[in-house]
Amino acid sequence: MLAAGDPLFADGVDLTVVLIVIAKTVVVFGAMLVSVLLLIWFERKLVADMQARIGPNRAGKFGVLQTLADGIKLFFKEDFLPTQADRRVYRLAPYLATVPAFLSFAIVPIGGTVTIAGHQTRLQLADPPVGILFLLAMSSIAVYGVMLAGWSSGSKYPLLGAVRGSAQMVSYEAALGLSTVAVVLVTGSLLTSDIVAGQSGEGLFGIIPNWNVLRLGFIPFVVFFIAGTAESNRPPFDLVEAEQELVGGFHTEYSALRFALFFLAEFMNTITISAIMVTLFLGGPSGPGPDSGLIGALLPVFWFLLKVFAMLCVFVWLRATLPRFRYDRLMDLGWKKLIPLSLAWLLIQAAFLVDVKWGIVVFTGAAVMGVLLWRAMEVGHGATEHEAPAPPKFQEVR
Amino acid sequence: MTPALSITATAILAVATKVDIAVFAACVVIVLCGAIGVVVSRNPVHAALFLVLTLFGMAVLFVAQEAHFLAAVQVIVYAGAIVVLFLFVIMLLGVDREENVMAEPLRGQRPLAFLLGAIALAEIFLLAQGTQWATGATQVAGPAGGPGSNVEKLARVIFTRYLLAFEVTSVLLVIAVVGAVVLARRYETTATESPAAAQVEEPQSPRSEAPLSAAPPPAAPDESHPDESHPDESQPAGEPDAAPSGAR
Amino acid sequence: MKALTTLIAMSGFLREYLTVLVFGAAAVAMVGAMLGAGSLLRPKRAQLQKYISYESGVDPVGTGWSQSQIRYYLFGLLFVMFEVETVFIFPWAVRLEDLGLFGLVEMVVFIAILALGLLYAWRKGVLRWM
Repeated sequence: MLAAGDPLFADGVDLTVVLIVIAKTVVVFGAMLVSVLLLIWFERKLVADMQARIGPNRAGKFGVLQTLADGIKLFFKEDFLPTQADRRVYRLAPYLATVPAFLSFAIVPIGGTVTIAGHQTRLQLADPPVGILFLLAMSSIAVYGVMLAGWSSGSKYPLLGAVRGSAQMVSYEAALGLSTVAVVLVTGSLLTSDIVAGQSGEGLFGIIPNWNVLRLGFIPFVVFFIAGTAESNRPPFDLVEAEQELVGGFHTEYSALRFALFFLAEFMNTITISAIMVTLFLGGPSGPGPDSGLIGALLPVFWFLLKVFAMLCVFVWLRATLPRFRYDRLMDLGWKKLIPLSLAWLLIQAAFLVDVKWGIVVFTGAAVMGVLLWRAMEVGHGATEHEAPAPPKFQEVR
Repeated sequence: MTPALSITATAILAVATKVDIAVFAACVVIVLCGAIGVVVSRNPVHAALFLVLTLFGMAVLFVAQEAHFLAAVQVIVYAGAIVVLFLFVIMLLGVDREENVMAEPLRGQRPLAFLLGAIALAEIFLLAQGTQWATGATQVAGPAGGPGSNVEKLARVIFTRYLLAFEVTSVLLVIAVVGAVVLARRYETTATESPAAAQVEEPQSPRSEAPLSAAPPPAAPDESHPDESHPDESQPAGEPDAAPSGAR
Repeated sequence: MKALTTLIAMSGFLREYLTVLVFGAAAVAMVGAMLGAGSLLRPKRAQLQKYISYESGVDPVGTGWSQSQIRYYLFGLLFVMFEVETVFIFPWAVRLEDLGLFGLVEMVVFIAILALGLLYAWRKGVLRWM
């Protein structure tokens, strides 16, 4: 059953199709690289504005070439391979961090269907049958980048950063998966193209968009947003590289270009997670505008980029606003709040899909259970937890 | 490009089979290299990485069989979760020394392994002869399993025919968690009692900014060394139960 | 050419993942090219002291590979539990409309059992990081 795929492959793959595939790949790849450069500059500039500083302003107009200059500089820096390090794994880790960051973007629909050289194709790199599971698979591979980079350095700070970071990433990956299920539940399909198609059209009253963020009642979106932030190690969840505690975290021992690759991967992940969020919850490329013609082909891309940009602004804003989480709070948030919440919400939503009256039953049940559990866990048992936090225990708070 | 050759359907099929064979061959090489790497690696982390390689090759093989969902599960659960768990165990043990592969912890395990491997191989061949268990021709979720995508077919059989197995899976997982919790708590109790044994070479975290607490001394005494008799001003009186050992 | 391209179409593997393959290859190539270019351009002035692992400026003590805590293992195991759960939930979510109330009850039971595992760990204080 491969009928649901990209119409590009519908009548065989000839040379033109292969060229289209390569062209699409190159364009998206280049666009991603450029947007990473711009994002780093934009983040520095916006954070500077928020802190009443000027920010980068030397290289190029408004300092827009600053990242490029930094990148070029790193090409000319000496690269150290610590004697303690595990050489092979140390060299492998940058690949494991960077490649999944790129690959997860492949499933994001960027626009509608267009015709290039007589072939209909979607403005989407790939639409594999596993759809959104591809994202989960890639994010589980991405854990290795952090973990192995830290482990292979053969040094203490990187190891601490790596173990911390990988535990954080796996914890939030569970919440990420569970909030994704909510989207699959209303769509009835794993394919990202179907998820986007399900959100097109008009929702309530003809003005409110038919986006999943509204249809699913915000909670899966919020859970996904928090989990995605943690998954890409963005502030306030950047414990992997908490510089006040761990020097540079998992990449302390990395220098020159290998360091640059981790940096690149982190910002790439930010872009990817924003794009995935737009796809899953904010309607993807859907938006008002004509359906046909050149404008009809380009406008969805514009809407998509606009939404992604808005999400990126939120990420930068978070970084400028929130202090870093403490590790125990981080784990609390993941396991005691996000996971139970998304599980309960999933069941409530499923029940409403089956029948409204069952929805009410499950909702009441979940609410009662939640209150009871809260009392049992927090009020009865964890009285000490809400008092002053335990004194710092050096071996354990990490 | 080329003159349009009229190709018969059988010819296309033959070449297409060749592509599939090529994919299969590449995967087999990946899987076998990974498997051999797991066995001969002296460093446990390298072994775990080779295991990931094997699992990845298996996932590609699943894709070639059009078992797309299974391939994703293979990567998500095995490569993403279980090997990460292995790595946590390796880091828990703090293994940095390379293991001597020639050492035999159990006497006679090597010949026994060969024997059991041979028996297993023979079983597979035997089963492939008589029944279709080994080759999986009686599939329920493949192309022969009815309409719908791979995932839909799987859902249909999991939630009807194999319902009991599905529910029992959750019990199994819970048992695993309970077991781990019990074992870990015992470990932690012993760790607190004999700190030297459990926390060898634990680096001091450079955490200089202490979390806001009642009275955090700049370098608070380490809780897992209670017998070092620090002046325990950071520890509210009667609170040692809140320390790692007691409250749990 | 035509023969070659038609057979690519026949192979479901290549059809579904051709783009992913190209994209991944591009990413690997970019990383490789960057590292290669870097290795040509950067200076190499070997000094033994440069290759000592960083430990706030003092000489490192012991090896870098120390033991980590069992807590990480517990979270890893809980993660396996939830990952398996998620994997089972996905097919269910796709087919819920057909499974109906029966499917809902099945999943409530499944999630309830797994939630018991989480609650057990919670109650035993494993989730508390201190």
